[in-house]
Amino acid sequence: MTEPPPHPNWDVAVVGGGNAALCAAIEAAEAGARVILLEAAPEHMRGGNSRHTRNFRCMHHGPLSVLTDTYDEDEYYDDLIRVTGGKTDPDLARLAIRESEAALPWMEAHGVRFQPSLSGTLSLGRTNAFFLGGGKALVNAYYATAADLGVTIRYNAKVAHVHIEGGAFRWLALEDGARITASAVVLASGGFQADLDWLARAWGPAARNFLIRGTPWNRGEVLRDMLDQGAESVGDPTQCHAVAIDGRAPKFDGGIVTRLDCVPFSVVVNRACMRFHDEGEDVWPKRYAIWGRLVAAQPEQVAYAIIDAKARGLFMPTVFPPETADTLEELAGKLGLDPAQLAKTVAEYNAACRPGAFYPTELDGLATDGLAPPKTNWARPIDTPPFAAYTLRPGVTFTYLGLKVSARAQVQSGHGPLANVWAAGEIMAGSILGQGYLAGFGMTIGTVFGRIAGQEAAAHAL
Amino acid sequence: MPYDSTPKATSPATDEARRQLEICNACRYCEGYCDVFPALTRLTEMEPGAISHLASLCHNCRGCYYACQYTPPHEFAVNLPAALAEVRQKDWEDYAWPQPVARLFHRSGLALAAALIAGFAALIAAIAALRPESGEGFYATLSHNAMVAIFAPAFLLPLIAVSISLRAWWSAIGGGRVGLADITRAAQAAGRGRNLDGGQGQGCNFEQADRFSNARRHAHLATLWGFMMCFAATSVATLMHYGMNWPAPYGFWTPPKLLGVPGGILLCLGSGALMALKLRADPALGATRVWGGEMGFTALLFFVSASGLVLYAATGTAAVPALLAVHLGAVLAFFLLIPYSKMVHGFYRFAALMADRRGA
Repeated sequence: MTEPPPHPNWDVAVVGGGNAALCAAIEAAEAGARVILLEAAPEHMRGGNSRHTRNFRCMHHGPLSVLTDTYDEDEYYDDLIRVTGGKTDPDLARLAIRESEAALPWMEAHGVRFQPSLSGTLSLGRTNAFFLGGGKALVNAYYATAADLGVTIRYNAKVAHVHIEGGAFRWLALEDGARITASAVVLASGGFQADLDWLARAWGPAARNFLIRGTPWNRGEVLRDMLDQGAESVGDPTQCHAVAIDGRAPKFDGGIVTRLDCVPFSVVVNRACMRFHDEGEDVWPKRYAIWGRLVAAQPEQVAYAIIDAKARGLFMPTVFPPETADTLEELAGKLGLDPAQLAKTVAEYNAACRPGAFYPTELDGLATDGLAPPKTNWARPIDTPPFAAYTLRPGVTFTYLGLKVSARAQVQSGHGPLANVWAAGEIMAGSILGQGYLAGFGMTIGTVFGRIAGQEAAAHAL
Repeated sequence: MPYDSTPKATSPATDEARRQLEICNACRYCEGYCDVFPALTRLTEMEPGAISHLASLCHNCRGCYYACQYTPPHEFAVNLPAALAEVRQKDWEDYAWPQPVARLFHRSGLALAAALIAGFAALIAAIAALRPESGEGFYATLSHNAMVAIFAPAFLLPLIAVSISLRAWWSAIGGGRVGLADITRAAQAAGRGRNLDGGQGQGCNFEQADRFSNARRHAHLATLWGFMMCFAATSVATLMHYGMNWPAPYGFWTPPKLLGVPGGILLCLGSGALMALKLRADPALGATRVWGGEMGFTALLFFVSASGLVLYAATGTAAVPALLAVHLGAVLAFFLLIPYSKMVHGFYRFAALMADRRGA
């Protein structure tokens, strides 16, 4: 290996190419730093998981941009505590929440456009600002802004090693052997959810049947490299956030359109045609996240949501049409299930349904009687052909294991903070999201800590 | 004649658009860009007529393409601007009447140029054969009656052809009864280029790829308004000729010139800019097989306006007869090609806007 030149080529090197990386690069460039951004993906795949996102959860007092009413710190924090079950760093969480209010106008000033909440997401109109065109449009706007600010952008630039020596970052090695030296580094290269081997080691062999909803480029090389060099970790190394998605989705990068919203109006069975959980436990936005894990626990990590004609049109359109048939037996045949057992399971469920009013958009209390497990809302008999079935598989959104950071986004080691290393986005989000997920909060963490990391790195370098 | 009002059977272009629209309908990130996506979410069935309607609502601003997570090489291979361009192109050709000339000029800029030369030749022949004994201004070269005899049918017949096509298409998309409110709404959307403004005034993703710009919207508006002013100039002159017994030639401070000269300049600048922008934009985001025809049509618009301005500038010189033949020849070609060239997009787009009754 050649020795790095005595003077760094760059003030700030940003590793990654998604929202957090771009926010850091823009802040650092605006502070006057010479910035290089290293995106592992080719240009058409740039943006990491940010390209699949759609909104930004934002605290605000009074209407702000497209957001209505007020969403204050305590309510936001309570929402976070509810989904994480308290697994969060309160100081970092409150910092992200508080800074989100100033972040939204900053985003607009740097090219991001918002739109009122999308059809089918009206419940988020107060709390979440939707990006016009979605996350890829946001990513495009930031790349344009960064380029205009003079940030040097390299695609296909996969960082293989972040060299730490004497409590400080020295240089980066790219996969192609090139070295990059910089006075400071911001690590914003995401989690490891696209590395199926790593997932399988952490979760078990079943993880090989998981689908990865986002970019195939989040393979966690930088995270692993930093942990190997003594950086402190946060978050459960064995866990990932997984939701139940359409089983026919691509292995990677299926994104938003592979979601299925039909579960509350269905019965869900496994390959043995047995039900395994209350499909009507709560409204879908509050329950979709647990179904990834539920399906992951079934044989072959697959399940089937069965609906009848009455349920068609009650949920968002799906990207793949369902399997349909005029009888349950025929449907079972198309799915490769035991026809008699499927018919029996549905018959038992139907017999447990009780008359009552059905309200698809609220908890209607229309529950089964004497069935285990019960279905506690929206329990109508599955009896009107044509019957339809969607295949469910676990779709991994992100992983929880990450780098421990300070309130200034500085990466920590066992011997204290690393002098010139900051981290932002998914690679450190485990500090704040210990479990569960809150819609739009990943982008909040990325934006707030990306900005802080960029400012701090530039201040260190200049 | 194949002009029944039943929806056309599905086609590969329609099937591909439907495949992509089903992905869009499950995503909906692009709802704020234009009228296509809100119209899509209101659909209950994606039958061919509905897809035809969406296709002509699309103004090819390309905002959705550059925002899309699923563009090639993603296996979903979404390229909605191109898919919808293919459908509306197919509609313009399938519904064109009469069919034998339906496709040629859409596809081929060369055929367009040939038509233009034929237009010149026709006018030169007319001028040679029908040279008037007396007359003022242009009428010294070609009499008013001769011009009317050539241009009245050349203008009216294409309009009849377009209306026959449009009626069948309107029925296929389930357009319904047209009210005054529909016309007003469509006129406002078209007159402002609303579907070219990106939803928030930032414009299209056209000549600068994923960066937004209003250049195309402004060029298109200049072309549209320039064309309308030229059309108004001709209409006013016709009224003056017959209604007020005030024949041409007209001085500069008269309605035909006050409308026609700035209109011609706008049309010239607008069509010139549209060509320049089209050269810089990615052809793969449109109907690639008709790129040449589209370019040829825009060039024809440019030629019509530029030759008109040159003719005006040459007033009183010996060049007038030749320039008149060139200009009128181009106008003749333009008129006759209305139903069979990109020009027809104006009629379909306007109809599509009228049929888009969101909140109406």
